Amino acid sequence: MDVLIPILAAAVRSGTPVAYAVMGEILAERSGVMNLGLEGLMLFGAFAGFSATRFTGSPELGLAAAFAAGALVTLIHAFLCVTLGGNQTVSGLALAMFGGGMSAMLGRNHIGETIKGLMPFDFPVLCRIPLIGPVFFRHDVMVYISFLLVFSLSFFIFRTRPGINLRAVGENPRAADAMGISVSRVRYLYTLAGGGLAGLAGGYLSVVYSQMWVEGMTAGRGWIAVALVIFGIWRPLRAMFGCYLFGGIDALQLRMQAAGTSIPAPILLMLPYLMTLGVLVFISIRSKSGILLGAPASLGAPFRREERE
Amino acid sequence: MRGWRLERRVSPSAFWSASVTTFSILAALALGGLLMALMDVNPAKAYFEILRGSLGSWYGFGETIVKAIPITLTGLACVLAFRAAIWNIGAEGQLIVGALAATAFVRYSHIENSFGILCGMFAASGIAGGLWGAIPGFLKGKWNVNEIIATLMGNYIALCLMDFLLYGAWKDPMSMGFPMTAPFPPGARLWVFAGRLHAGLFIALVMAVVIHATIGLTQWGFEIRVIGENRKAAWYVGIGIMKNIVLVMFLSGAIAGLCGMSEVAGLHGRLSRGFSVGYGFTGVIVAWLAGLNALLLPFVAFLMGILLVGGDTLQVVMGLPLSSVQIFQGLILFCVLGGDIFRNYRLRRPHVTKRWEAA
Repeated sequence: MDVLIPILAAAVRSGTPVAYAVMGEILAERSGVMNLGLEGLMLFGAFAGFSATRFTGSPELGLAAAFAAGALVTLIHAFLCVTLGGNQTVSGLALAMFGGGMSAMLGRNHIGETIKGLMPFDFPVLCRIPLIGPVFFRHDVMVYISFLLVFSLSFFIFRTRPGINLRAVGENPRAADAMGISVSRVRYLYTLAGGGLAGLAGGYLSVVYSQMWVEGMTAGRGWIAVALVIFGIWRPLRAMFGCYLFGGIDALQLRMQAAGTSIPAPILLMLPYLMTLGVLVFISIRSKSGILLGAPASLGAPFRREERE
Repeated sequence: MRGWRLERRVSPSAFWSASVTTFSILAALALGGLLMALMDVNPAKAYFEILRGSLGSWYGFGETIVKAIPITLTGLACVLAFRAAIWNIGAEGQLIVGALAATAFVRYSHIENSFGILCGMFAASGIAGGLWGAIPGFLKGKWNVNEIIATLMGNYIALCLMDFLLYGAWKDPMSMGFPMTAPFPPGARLWVFAGRLHAGLFIALVMAVVIHATIGLTQWGFEIRVIGENRKAAWYVGIGIMKNIVLVMFLSGAIAGLCGMSEVAGLHGRLSRGFSVGYGFTGVIVAWLAGLNALLLPFVAFLMGILLVGGDTLQVVMGLPLSSVQIFQGLILFCVLGGDIFRNYRLRRPHVTKRWEAA
């Protein structure tokens, strides 16, 4: 048990930044807009968070800046995909490149600089529950907020009026339009919120997780987040489980490297990617019909009100 | 905007298409300049350095072609897959695996004959890259596994695999700790001419013609296009979806694998970490810019080569990170995508009969 608890706690910590990005992507994809640019958004958010924290000395402001930066860059994606009805795959890839390039350019003189970010604290009362306490309730505030976010998103999507509207837009925009829901407004709203959360995910990495700026510091977490959305079949709770699974593998390989196993580091580094691929195959095999269970029906399809299909 | 409508153009003219693309790229460069100015970089100087570094001398011109070779090959890999509407974003991983296979062949085959080695490297890299692509293809065809994610994960896994070999068994003891293999024997080098140009150029050009002819003229090419345009229709007329997806991904991966071979055997003469500076991703852009037209691809790759060589110059002269080129790549893609709408649609204000006109 004593060996396991630190690894599980590290899994939660390592899974949290991915979880923010995944929750954002679930929102965007539920509205029918696929955003493949998470990797770039996370990098851009990571730099924005780092530099705002460095400038103001406040990690809270840094995280807010990361959210704002993510949403701002996603505006390009939303305009191209929602207003102009462009190809979401291409726009997402462009976003990933653009965000990565911008963060590298802006952060060119700050590589390796450290900042003072958020510190962990024991959550009152709950931290004393055996097992659960040390694993879930001895972290920083952003981890606690992520718990809240997952449960409230789950409630929001499946149990509230705006959540139903959101799903309607993603499943059948024409019907939603006929019901008087503005498809483009809903898509803009949730795509931007999703981009903001991806920025926040990056901000968590730089402001809380590593408390420094390194070029390309997300190391593929944005792409993994896209895969975990599919693993979670567009449901927040299930996706959260996937995030912790990823976090667990990540924490495990770091620990094994630190302990100096005979397995070479590159092979250990491969594990999270292999796991993501394995998980993706597993979920795809389980949905027999060829169409992924729970994928929003109009995901990736632009909606033009004046055209009939 | 109220009252304006997007109206589909029935068939956009070639002139209109070309001018939209040109305007899109110009717009991307203008936006890039604006962003550079905001980031305290003099855009005029940056663009001047890009042009001077790439086209300002014979050496720079040669370097631009040297860069255009791998971009053409990865671009062709993407064209083939994208024509079938399969999003192979894994050319990067496939080219790494191709380079690994070529290097393995040099290290372990012990063939003395140069022609034999080169043929072996050619086959090994093509097959290895092809299999690396065929795996996601199989997963896609069999269980509808999202190929974007699967190929991307393949990139990272290939990168780790290369690190494993370069920091381990294959490391050159003379390299002072740099992750690279020992130089290949002269027999395992492609023909090098005019400075740093190498025979990969001809592989790339021949491939462009072959791919173009295959897609445009053969029955198989037609099947691929039908799958790409309308997968359901392809299924109804009895085109084997599963078989073709695996085949397309195999060939796409094989072209990328050849690209890896041409880089290590033609340009570098050894396998070193970072021998590919994101050529797989650049391939996605050039494929899209060329309108998925294989014949057009070498020209677009040359233009992209200007940007990449210019990026190297920017790094040396102005101290900008190499990945700053990604800003331009992203912007160009955004603008071309946005421009596509104006290619296929026109903005119209439909004539609304006003009440007093009707009366």
